[in-house]
Formats: sequence, C-alpha cells, structure tokens
Amino acid sequence: MSNHVFKVEGRAIPIRGNDIDTDQIIPARFMKCVTFDGLGEYAFFDVRFDDQGNGKDHPFNEEKYQGASILLVNSNFGCGSSREHAPQALAKWGIKAVVGESYAEIFAGNCVAMGIPAIELSHEAVEEIIRLVEEDPSLELTLLVREQVVQLGRRTFEGFIPPAYRNSLTQGTWDSTSVLLDAPEDIDKVAARLPYVSGF
Amino acid sequence: MGRNLFDKVWDLHKVRTLESGQDQLFIGLHLIHEVTSPQAFQMLEDRGLTVRFPERTFATVDHIVPTKAQARPFGDSLAEQMMLALEENTKKYNIEFFDLSSGKQGIVHIIGPELGLTQPGMTIACGDSHTSTHGAFGAIGFGIGTSQIRDVLASQCMAISRPKVRRIQVNGTLADGVYAKDIILKIIADLGVKGGLGYAYEYAGPAIHELSMEGRMTICNMSIEGGARVGYVNPDETSYEYIRGRQYAPDGEDFDQAIAFWNSIASDEDARYDDVYTLDANSLSPMVTWGINPGQAISVDDHMPSVSEMQPEQQEVARKAYRHMEFDEGQAIRGTQIDVAFLGSCTNSRISDLREAASIVKGRTVKSGVKAFVVPGSMQIARQAREEGLMQIFEDAGFEWRGAGCSMCLGMNPDKLQGREICASSSNRNFIGRQGAPGGRTLLMSPAMVAAAAITGEVTDVRELKQRASEPAHA
Repeated sequence: MSNHVFKVEGRAIPIRGNDIDTDQIIPARFMKCVTFDGLGEYAFFDVRFDDQGNGKDHPFNEEKYQGASILLVNSNFGCGSSREHAPQALAKWGIKAVVGESYAEIFAGNCVAMGIPAIELSHEAVEEIIRLVEEDPSLELTLLVREQVVQLGRRTFEGFIPPAYRNSLTQGTWDSTSVLLDAPEDIDKVAARLPYVSGF
Repeated sequence: MGRNLFDKVWDLHKVRTLESGQDQLFIGLHLIHEVTSPQAFQMLEDRGLTVRFPERTFATVDHIVPTKAQARPFGDSLAEQMMLALEENTKKYNIEFFDLSSGKQGIVHIIGPELGLTQPGMTIACGDSHTSTHGAFGAIGFGIGTSQIRDVLASQCMAISRPKVRRIQVNGTLADGVYAKDIILKIIADLGVKGGLGYAYEYAGPAIHELSMEGRMTICNMSIEGGARVGYVNPDETSYEYIRGRQYAPDGEDFDQAIAFWNSIASDEDARYDDVYTLDANSLSPMVTWGINPGQAISVDDHMPSVSEMQPEQQEVARKAYRHMEFDEGQAIRGTQIDVAFLGSCTNSRISDLREAASIVKGRTVKSGVKAFVVPGSMQIARQAREEGLMQIFEDAGFEWRGAGCSMCLGMNPDKLQGREICASSSNRNFIGRQGAPGGRTLLMSPAMVAAAAITGEVTDVRELKQRASEPAHA
C-alpha cells in the first residue's frame, strides 16, 4: 500500500461557520471508547439530532451529500480539544480531505498524521466553492497536494498547505513513527545531553 | 541579539531536521490519561512496537472518573472499560500510573506540577490540548493527538514545525478581586480565539511574575483557547520555590545545579520575538464570557456587544452565540441568573483557587435553587483543603464537595448540565454542549467570581462581596 497522498477526488459537503470546535465535531460523551471504530455515526451528533434523536437540518443528514469525501469549512475549524477523535470521526464518515479558510493547529496536525490533507483557501474562494457545491452537490472536486490547488470543473482555486505537511503527505511520511525511529543513536544522544534525563 | 526560552529549549531537544522540513523533537516528559491513549497503545501492538522510554511517561485517570461514586467497577461500563485499558497498558509497558488508590490521582495538568514532574527547560507532551499549562514553569508543553501519542510512546519524539514566538507583556498590578483568569480571558478577548495560530506565547512582565505558580498555570492553560498551542512563563524564584521538595524534583546539590540550568534557559534580556503584545493589568476588571467561545468575554461591568459593530468575520459566531445563550445585545452580564456553580477543572482547581473562593463563601450560604459544587484538581489538593478547613467552609455554605477529576468541564462523566441550565464555571471552554448537555450554557469566570455567583444566584462583581466581607458585621 502506498502512503503517498498526491490528490483527493470526490464530491464535497459544506459545513458553514467559523470557529467550529472539536466538541461540536464529536461531543465528548462519544469518546468513551477504546477504539476509533464506529465514531463516524456520531460526527456532529448534537447539531444533527435533537434530544429525541430526530434528525435536524444538517448537511451530514442530507441525502444529496451522502458519499461526499471532501469537507468544505470556514475559518479556525477544529479549535478546542486535541482529540484525534474529531478527524477520526470525520474520516470514518467518509471524509478524505478538508478545504477551508484556516484550521486550529492541533486539528491540522492530527489530520496530517492520518494522511488527510487540509488546504487553506481565501474566504472568497471557499465561499465560491461552497456556493457552487450547494447549487450542484454532484460536482466533483480535485485537491492536488503538491500543486496546492482545488479544481472544480474548469475552475482552479489556489491555496496553501504548510510545506512540512505538504512534504510529509507527498513523501508518504505523514505516518511519522517509522521516520522518528530511524535515528536511534541521535535520540540517545539528545537524551544524554539533557540535564534532567542524565542527572544534574 | 539574545534568544528566547522557546528557541533555547527547542534547540536543546532537537534531534534532527526531517526530510519533510519538520524537526524531530525529543520529549522529556510524556503524560497520558485514559481517553486519548488506548488507541495509541493499540497502534503500537499492531506494529509490534514497544515503549522506548517507559520511565519518561506517567499516567493518571481524570476525564471519565466519577467524582461521587468512585468504587470499582464504575457504574458506567464504558468508563470502567477505559480504566481497565489504562491499567493493562501501564502494567504491560511498565509505566507509572497514579490511580485512585495511589492517593496522588488527579487531573493530568494538576498532578504533573504537583509531583515535581514538570520542570523548567523540559519539552512536555500529552494527549490533551491543555498541556500548555506546564509552560508556567518555563517548559514547552504540546497538546497532541493520538497518532502523536503513538509516536512519543514508540520513539520519545514527535515531528513538528517550529512556531513563531509572541511575547505578551502584562504591565502593572492586578487590583483586589481580579485574578490570573481575568488576564487570560482579556488576552483572548483582545487577540481572538485564533489570534495565536502559529505562535507560542511567552507571558512576561511584572503582573505575570507577581503571580503564584497556580496563577501562571491558569494563564498558560488557556493559551490554546486563544489559538496558541504553547504558552510559557520564564522560570524565576517563585517557580523554584514551588518545585523544591516535591517528589520528582531534584534534591540536595542536584537542586542547585538544576537552578543553574533553569536560569540558563530563560529568555535573554535582549531576546528576539516575532511579535509583542502589551496589556495593562491596572485597568482589568473581573471578566465573564457571554457567548460560545472563550474570546466572547467582557468585563463584569460591561454590556453584551452589538453584532453590527463587530468585525465581519466575528458576526456569524456572535449571532449563533446570542441564539444559543438567549441573551440580547446590550444586555448587562451582571445579574444573569445561574443554575449551577462549578469550581474545578485543570484551569482553576488548585489550592489557591479554592482558598480564594472559600474566602468569598465563608459565613455565607449558596442561593436557594443553585446547585454548587467543588471538584479539587487532585487527591493531594483535596487533602490539603480538608486540613485547611476549606472543605468545611464550602460544605457549611451548601456546596457539594467531590473527588478529584475533570468533572463538569466536559461531558465525559456523570457531572453534566441538564437541559438549558446556565453554569457559572471556573473551567476553560464555553463551547455549545461542552458541559454535557447540548442545550447547556456556560459562563466562564474566575473561581472567586464563581463563588460570588453561587452565593447570590446571579453573575456578581466579586469585589462587592469582598468589600462587604471586610466591613464590620453590624454595619
């Protein structure tokens, strides 16, 4: 299996709003689990369902967005808790990439650690893409990681993926454990020079 | 030009630059808890890996712990399952675990410093966004996700890009009744909830260095609420006195040598910063949040802001906040009726927080109809508070006294808001649903302000109660 992430293609689903926190993406009560399996059905639970469990107006409940794999968001998406359960829940629902204005730092790091590209676009570009997708949810989007662009039909929207994230996705090193374990002597050398490890 | 603490600590812990451009950073102290670690241990198993430096990882249980009925097995079978997983993993990999029978269990960001594990000049990681708390000691604390916990367990390292550093200079002196919590709520209100994206925050200036370690922890704790993953304060005598004599602190001659090291990693006088922001502590009043993120905070004397006068990008969230809170623009925050008063969380459940709150509560009674409770941050704090008579003061006033845990800061244990309840809370997040009820409403404030609200049943300027307490009883 190749770990290289060069592009993600698929239909998109818009979640409008700034500062959408990870408590909204996955309420804490659903984190009472020892695996990430099954989190998909709880994504955005409290904004999708009322107290009685009846579906509310929410894109994740709408038939036309089922099967979408690219999440469209506004600014500071994923703020709050460091819970990887948030991107895990989105991924289990079917999300493979995020297109938005900006992301909270830990959320962005968690996405990359899972091989999910998150590209930053201008407010105007995001609004335009959301408008087009709301008009026609069957539209196919393409996110190109190295080129940092989102393509939609003949339109191309330029964006930004921080270089280190872009590299780790395209180099296939986003799952960093084996890379980090690659330099055992260097790790020991650093440990040995730290006064609080080696003894003051 | 000199270097700041962040750069010094980073360079000391840097193993190498990775091909991606990120740095491989050695993590000096890794703290784990029951919520975000089980999947990481499973990933290790799946890959046939082990824990490389088990003596540098410590565990506690906090998020799911019931604060009332703590007998095992827990009433909630899912919570019990998580507890069992942590017990098994820590045993299997030989990781020290401060469990409920240790007498030292508590919220992870409380017990690290309390046990002397947290020390200046360290890099610290934990699968919890409030790991920035440990920066109060001049350490660099990163909140991380589960895949990164796996990395740290396997290699004691993480792959990360170096952020910029913003110095937040707080001049002046806090007035009586104004606390560290008010400083950080003001900073977040001024700079916004995403103002810190890409930055580590260095908190500096006379108002910061006059604070106790507890106050500094409160400030660093909420860095992440302002978008900054890391927040820190340069270590000084106050830090060293706090650390001295704690279980895992260096002792004897080692302690003197440690101080020399700790002094060496502090920011130089002429250190370089990517940005500087200055705040005047003299002008601060007690702060209270009115909305659904920690940046939506105003002084207790103020009225709730007008949406049309806000920056365009803040308007949508503000409208959402008014809908959820059912407040009106221009409404005074003071006098807002509350249903619940929660004193606890990794932000404000330390002994000095409880002392301040108890000084307000003493000789008074919780307003009828208000559910008030105190959740000390750790078993050690609970013991100390009992010995100092604080527990008695709270119980006499009508507060419930609970066992240590995250409690009502987040809805992962039996302590939850019900329906549309409004909670005066000393915690860190007022997100919709954060305190366990999708319709619940949270007003963040200092512990003393929570105590005042518990007594009067509404948002109250704690300075008024302080004044009355100091007047003769017959006046």
